[in-house]
Amino acid sequence: MNELRAQAAPDAPATSRIAIADGDIHPARSGARDFHPWLSKRWQDHIDQYGAPSRHGWQVGPAYPKSQPNASRRDAYPPEGGRPGSSLSFMQHQHLDTNNVALGILNPLGSGQGVQNPALSAALCHATNEWQLAEWTSKDSRLRASVVVPYEDAIASAAEIRRYADNPSFVQVLLLSRTAEPLGSRKYWPIYEAAAEAGMPVGVHAFGYGGNPVTPGGWPSYYIEEMTGHSQCQQAGLTSLVMEGVFERWPTLKMIMIEAGFAWAPPLAWRLDKHFHTLRSEAPHLTRLPSEYMRDQVWWTTQPMEEPEPRAHLQDSIDWIGWDKLIFATDYPHWDFDDPAQALPLRISEQQRADFFLGNARKVYRGCA
Amino acid sequence: MAGVPAGAIDCDIHPSVPSVAALMPYLEDHWREQVTIRGIDELNSISYPLNSPLTCRPDWRPATGRPAASIEMVRAQALDPFATSIAIANCLYGIQLLFSEDMAAAFARAVNDWMAREWLDREPRLRASIVVPIQNAEMAVDEINRCAADKRFVQVLLLVMGDTPLGRRHHWPIYAAAEKHGLAIGIHAGSAYHNPPTPVGWPSYYTEDYVGQAQAFQTQLTSLICEGVFTKFPNLKVVMLESGFTWLPAHLWRLTKYWRGLRMEIPWVDRAPGDIVRSNVRFSLQPVDGPPDQASLLKLFDHMQSDDLLLFSTDYPHNQFAGLSAMPDGLPPALVRKIAIENPRATYARLLETVQ
Amino acid sequence: MSRHVVATAQEIPQGGRKLVMVRGRPIAIFNLKGEFYGMLNRCPHQGGPMCEGLVTGLRESKMPGEYVYSREGEILRCPWHGWEFDIKTGQSYCDPERIRTRSYPVEVATGQTVVEGPYIAETIPVSIEQHYLVVEM
Repeated sequence: MNELRAQAAPDAPATSRIAIADGDIHPARSGARDFHPWLSKRWQDHIDQYGAPSRHGWQVGPAYPKSQPNASRRDAYPPEGGRPGSSLSFMQHQHLDTNNVALGILNPLGSGQGVQNPALSAALCHATNEWQLAEWTSKDSRLRASVVVPYEDAIASAAEIRRYADNPSFVQVLLLSRTAEPLGSRKYWPIYEAAAEAGMPVGVHAFGYGGNPVTPGGWPSYYIEEMTGHSQCQQAGLTSLVMEGVFERWPTLKMIMIEAGFAWAPPLAWRLDKHFHTLRSEAPHLTRLPSEYMRDQVWWTTQPMEEPEPRAHLQDSIDWIGWDKLIFATDYPHWDFDDPAQALPLRISEQQRADFFLGNARKVYRGCA
Repeated sequence: MAGVPAGAIDCDIHPSVPSVAALMPYLEDHWREQVTIRGIDELNSISYPLNSPLTCRPDWRPATGRPAASIEMVRAQALDPFATSIAIANCLYGIQLLFSEDMAAAFARAVNDWMAREWLDREPRLRASIVVPIQNAEMAVDEINRCAADKRFVQVLLLVMGDTPLGRRHHWPIYAAAEKHGLAIGIHAGSAYHNPPTPVGWPSYYTEDYVGQAQAFQTQLTSLICEGVFTKFPNLKVVMLESGFTWLPAHLWRLTKYWRGLRMEIPWVDRAPGDIVRSNVRFSLQPVDGPPDQASLLKLFDHMQSDDLLLFSTDYPHNQFAGLSAMPDGLPPALVRKIAIENPRATYARLLETVQ
Repeated sequence: MSRHVVATAQEIPQGGRKLVMVRGRPIAIFNLKGEFYGMLNRCPHQGGPMCEGLVTGLRESKMPGEYVYSREGEILRCPWHGWEFDIKTGQSYCDPERIRTRSYPVEVATGQTVVEGPYIAETIPVSIEQHYLVVEM
């Protein structure tokens, strides 16, 4: 005969999962009006009439169409409507609670960084910062904000950093990797000075539009090339930070490379060291090997985690970087999300696992220990 | 670093054009006179500043003039000491930087004829790459067809940074011609400098430019694979020259991860990127931009998942290693032999035709 | 192994899907032109919930620039990383030899046979007038 059973809840409770940090969460606006409380009428009207273009040609949307709408997981749309990442309650339910996130770092995108008009860029970044406080960090104590700065105007950026220097909700400064000039350029130095002064690490998130082709050999055809190319942009930015002496000049400055993977870092360090050895006369201002600056002053968020087969190769990679140098990140709610339960299928010690998922983040972000 | 087995095939040496005067006999009348009328001195790009410590090893640097600019120097420094059986000459003269297609084609013809007469005719151990005006694919194909009858040309030489990514279809006539003639495509470090040499703008330091070549190679590998060059030309061999190679595993991991999710965008890529690299792409050995310890380097070789990928090179006269120690320490003898001899032979179809 | 009644045939329209639980396992049931197929609701990659993926056609290509489109509605893209799976077989397209999602045959049974048993009905009241979807597990 037939029996009737109660249906099990599809989502298992998170309590069995270890607590994690997430170094890359993307809160989204539900619409342009979300910023209006912190944006003057002058800029509201400007955006209405002229938009807020960055250095590419489309009025709306990214230079290359993404693989999924809003570059998001298809299961991340809030039931009450709106874009993925725009609902705190749904983010809590789907991500923060389910994955037992103890420390979540907000990295807002589409927040005015890289906008062509520098004054508008500054106004939008400031609105983004106030919005993070009002709508996110004040409503969930697990979340921390990033000081979003209009990095192509370093003076305005430094002022924005100093404005939040004493606010414990802000734990890092956020830049995007596709800058107009390489990251180490003197043009950006006021940003590093202000960040070092405030004791905040500087996170460099993949993406943005600095106006340069995403490859040094011109514009590629496909989105997959742009996505893959973000790692080369990060490598170039990091090379510049080392060679220009940014780490030498601000020895307490920490940089976090966000959302471009990390396995590229050891080969870059080896290559820098090898050729620095030959070309040392060019950079007498550097007192240490490039790899030493990287070892002491650079961290990487993990996503999108490289997935070599066999996976043991990934372990070699992390051994080379150092188990204290990686900060776990999911990229929620974006499509290339890494699930903390699946992302690190390696046999490692409890200490390594604890550092990878939470301990390293607590040490790097300001005031999170 | 360890020594090199006798009979090795050196896949990347750089004889240099001593001065524009050396090319004058090989330039057509109009262009020869243009050199004089317009005061065209030399076409040496900033990729290798003459006096930079990387451009020439101290013990290979002549008292005057350019390094590697005479056949005697190349014999005494690059061929004899390593007991090289064959060396492939990749002439880095700034043809690719020119903005005029016609001028580029004219200088390419002159460089290739100069190479055949002044070098290949005089030294049987030498082979060479065909320099082409990449500015215009049709003209590049004409030059390939013109030179291909001379079997001592084994490869077509491109630079890793040009105006547009090398996988894009307007370059394909070049690959068709190369495949037809059994020529490899060599992609060498260097830029036309028509785009900034980093994807985030112009750097301040030469070191950034040189280190950044590896990122340019990564993007070109992405381009060649994603555009389906090896689907269209399955027999084409592409050799990354002076590219470094320790970046390859990590790059393939990333590209493969994205390909698995974005396959729909480029459905002609029906094999994992690593499989494509193993069948169609090779890398010259020097510079070995590797980890300082031998154990890590061996792990890295393991990550490459193939013994077929590396081709011996000295990168003469560039300053990449000391003495005769062009081969990394601690490699198994069978792998050393593959790198030094077997892999180059398997890569360059034309080497076998002319080795008598 | 036992046979589990998971839904009525009518409640999943053509092109539709439904998430059901069978012995604690989440199974996504798809209706492709009147045929029903079951798939574990966990992507073999990182566990993405397959039932929330987009159903598409298959894109194949022999040569760059050629896009051969077929099998509309038969390919599931994982809602996270976009890995493609054949709904009918569970085979992946990024690594068909080695990667597949667990698939479960779905049988359509009449109300009469279901009532006679032996079947396990998961939250489904059964009547002889209906047709039912049955998963064996």
